[in-house]
Amino acid sequence: MAESKDRKLPAPAVSTETQAYWDAAAQGKLMLRKCTACGQVHHYPRAICPFCFSDKTEWIEASGKGTIYSYSVMRRAPVPYAMAYVTLAEGPRMVTNIVDCDLDKLKVEQPVKVVFKPSDGGPPLPMFTPA
Amino acid sequence: MNRVDPFEATIRRFVGETASSTPADARVLDAGGTCLATAFLLNDESREAIAAGHCNVALITLAGRPRSEAAAGVAAAAKPNVPEVPFEAPYAPVTLNAYALAAMRHMHEFGTTAEQLAWIKVAASHHAQYNPHALLKDVVTVEEVVNSPMISDPLHRLDCCVITDGGGAIVVVAPEIAAKLKRPKVKLIGAGEFVKTQMGGKVDLTYSGARFSGATAFAEAGVKPSDIKFAAIYDSFTITVLMQLEDLGFCEKGKGGAFVADGNLIAGTGKLPFNTDGGGLCSNHPGNRGGLTKVLEAVRQLRGEAHPKVQVKNCDLAVAHGTGGSLGLRHGSATVILERE
Repeated sequence: MAESKDRKLPAPAVSTETQAYWDAAAQGKLMLRKCTACGQVHHYPRAICPFCFSDKTEWIEASGKGTIYSYSVMRRAPVPYAMAYVTLAEGPRMVTNIVDCDLDKLKVEQPVKVVFKPSDGGPPLPMFTPA
Repeated sequence: MNRVDPFEATIRRFVGETASSTPADARVLDAGGTCLATAFLLNDESREAIAAGHCNVALITLAGRPRSEAAAGVAAAAKPNVPEVPFEAPYAPVTLNAYALAAMRHMHEFGTTAEQLAWIKVAASHHAQYNPHALLKDVVTVEEVVNSPMISDPLHRLDCCVITDGGGAIVVVAPEIAAKLKRPKVKLIGAGEFVKTQMGGKVDLTYSGARFSGATAFAEAGVKPSDIKFAAIYDSFTITVLMQLEDLGFCEKGKGGAFVADGNLIAGTGKLPFNTDGGGLCSNHPGNRGGLTKVLEAVRQLRGEAHPKVQVKNCDLAVAHGTGGSLGLRHGSATVILERE
């Protein structure tokens, strides 16, 4: 049994392009960027759609639900942690951590839901925990 | 002197902006910390410059002291100032888990086992025992690999490469100069490059950029993977080798585990001898174009100058392949096909 523990998280750098994403995170919302020209959702958020290069992109709120696409428990760290990609219900896969769980019981394709963890002097970070 | 960031250079090439070198314009192309760009350099810089008559001799170098610097406490380079960093760095991706993510997914989709991955280390160790410069000279078993401590699931300590200081160089010359040389000559007959990213969230960890850099290189060379006598494959981790062999076309996607098992990569007994110097897994892994070492061992094999215990008979065609970055987050891939003249 390797229960996950909270660790000190560095604050993400915020830019004008991503300010709304981090502002929403502070409200407990996970935001994604959707292109109204091609209809596709992407992550990380960009002003220009990475698929069709349109600038007709807008924010949408994600459901916060997803599944683990892949993960790895980093055991050579002062506080072991689970690095992961989560496949969001809306489609994109995002880099994240799986937290508040038994690290030894994680499984690929396991359902997860978003939680927000405070960063050191910055906006909270979206992470995931078993659903 | 121009100094060009490798990824920037690649991107610039993609959009056709890379300026040709001129006789008065010595160029420095820094091809990255890991591996990418030996083929990139060989192909797009030295070869094209030579073909265009812009230069007669190109020198490609590698030198790094990551082991000494780590021991001395030299701080790692600052995170690159690129847009994805705020969406990755807080989650603490490092080289180990960025490769482990690909390994975990490969196991899930294709049933690849820890024992199959271990065979890659075992093969490298069989070769390293004959290399007096190898850091790890002891032959290891599958059991020793899978019983070594778990570092970042599913990668054990012995699934990882060593970290060493090291150096190396390649000289590429124009045909009229090559004709005067007394050494066996090795010719570059095909090359390819590719850059793989997270594609806006359409991440697929089951393949590497080798799928495309390899196809380009083999097509240009007019040969098939089954023609290859020796494979020099970048080996930061065991999974790196397995995925690149699949992507280069040595076996079907997902069948890499069976392909590398049972000593199939060991010179003298296996069907595809690889990394006969012991590779990064056992011999050396310096930074700053560390992948150049793959070309060095391929050239030794093609010249018949590898250690007699691991020299491949009639070795006249080899592939060298590198990955710079990580399988899990983003990387550049480069492949060269080399032929003995």
